[in-house]
Amino acid sequence: MSAIMVSKKVLRKWEKLPGKNTFCCDGRVMMARQKGVFYLTLFLIVGTCALFFAFECPYLAVHLSPAIPVFAIVLFFFVMATLLRTSFSDPGVLPRALPDEATFIEMEIEAANGNVPAGQRPPPRIRNVQINNQIVKLKYCYTCKIFRPPRASHCGICDNCVERFDHHCPWVGNCVGKRNYRYFYLFTLSLSLLTIYIFTFDIVHVVLRSVDSGFVNTLKDTPGTVLEVVVCFFTLWSVVGLTGFHTYLVSLNQTTNEDIKGSWSGKNRVQNPYSHRNIMKNCCEVLCGPMHPSALDRRGELIELALAPVPIPASKNNKENPQTTKTTAPLIPNEHTPDDVKSSIAPETEGDVEEKLSPLENKPLPSEPPTPPPADPAETTAVLEEAF
Amino acid sequence: LTTTPCRFQTHSLQDMRQQAAIASKVFVQRDYSTGTTCQFQMKFLPELENRIDKQQFEETVRTLNNLYAEAEKIGGKSYLEGCLACLTAYTIFLCMETHYEKVLKKIAKYIQEQNDKVYAPRGMLITDPIERGLRVVSFTAARE
Repeated sequence: MSAIMVSKKVLRKWEKLPGKNTFCCDGRVMMARQKGVFYLTLFLIVGTCALFFAFECPYLAVHLSPAIPVFAIVLFFFVMATLLRTSFSDPGVLPRALPDEATFIEMEIEAANGNVPAGQRPPPRIRNVQINNQIVKLKYCYTCKIFRPPRASHCGICDNCVERFDHHCPWVGNCVGKRNYRYFYLFTLSLSLLTIYIFTFDIVHVVLRSVDSGFVNTLKDTPGTVLEVVVCFFTLWSVVGLTGFHTYLVSLNQTTNEDIKGSWSGKNRVQNPYSHRNIMKNCCEVLCGPMHPSALDRRGELIELALAPVPIPASKNNKENPQTTKTTAPLIPNEHTPDDVKSSIAPETEGDVEEKLSPLENKPLPSEPPTPPPADPAETTAVLEEAF
Repeated sequence: LTTTPCRFQTHSLQDMRQQAAIASKVFVQRDYSTGTTCQFQMKFLPELENRIDKQQFEETVRTLNNLYAEAEKIGGKSYLEGCLACLTAYTIFLCMETHYEKVLKKIAKYIQEQNDKVYAPRGMLITDPIERGLRVVSFTAARE
């Protein structure tokens, strides 16, 4: 008789999410993996503003108006708030299909395609839907095992399907999609305003000072100004241009992705079915529309049970918590457990299977497989063969 | 072992089991005919025929559609919420719930109520579509 030890681990759901995102603050913050450029963005904004407050503000507050630094602080706060919101929030990631749904879709596809002769490539997986009298093709995502909703796209960098995918922005360290597009737009807009503001008052400051002490002396007195002007000059061209481009997209209710692909460029009488044909309506929908919730539930709790050693084969021995999406089977490691958990369970169970074969030789091994059908049949075969 | 790749071999082995598992879950898909707003198809799927009443199904899906339409309504109230939130640089959502989140709670309650009153007595369960990214409403035959 073998004793059963059940170890229970309480995890947050973000720890088991697929995809290449990184999570901070126990699942509250969600970003892409490469954050280097994001830190650069932060450094440039905070650094330039710090120089502005150190060099410009004391002089201008006294000589012109104290409202100048106050307004700069407000703008700076707005820029940081929108930047952090864009970077830290879920862009609209679609959770991957669970095995039962994936198999259901596969069966539907096979039924639709009919019998494909061996050796021939099956037709591409596409579903046609009609939106506002326009045929839109929904593509199948092989990674997420779903038919992507209209306007959704798979981001290769984050390895997720994102709704209303705009683009992956390394400057904010995250994808820009349905849920954070308005924050991204407001970030570029407010950053443009902040850059213009700082640039203008740098010039004003230098001019005012030069009148008193001469140009060269001014530059010696306020070296920070030179740095600010250089940063602002280069930022102006890129950020203001980007804001203009996104204003154009917003007015047409288009995404960067659609624009680059030329989805609604007008050839073949194809028009954007999502546009309201009215600039105001489009802007209102994109910027003031409903705030969609995250479908990811990053901070939900997940209870994982690990059974060790192998219990006596009986159908009801493995406890299944209805909330968990991952269960561990006693004899065969579950294919859905991510690699880290699998590595902690697999050696125990696989090793146990080898050992237990001799004492259990009179008892037949269970003919039923683990309850969730494995997503990777190849792996199951490997394990089954090993066990036998 | 035969020359067919592992994948196909196990696919034939797993087939019967998979079919048994799938017959117990039915997925109602999204209806995109009016655009990207969240609406589910009212089509009564053949797999549900012996399990639940058609009218009950349509009633459930219709109510869900109405609730999602309410959540996503673009009008005076949503503009006000959007503008107010923008003025506070969206920090207001650190302490306040969005309108959509409030309606989602209503939806969760409705689904719970439907499960308790209508579907559980017939041995079925509906899952909240938000768990699947608002892509499907799944009807599961709750066995055992």
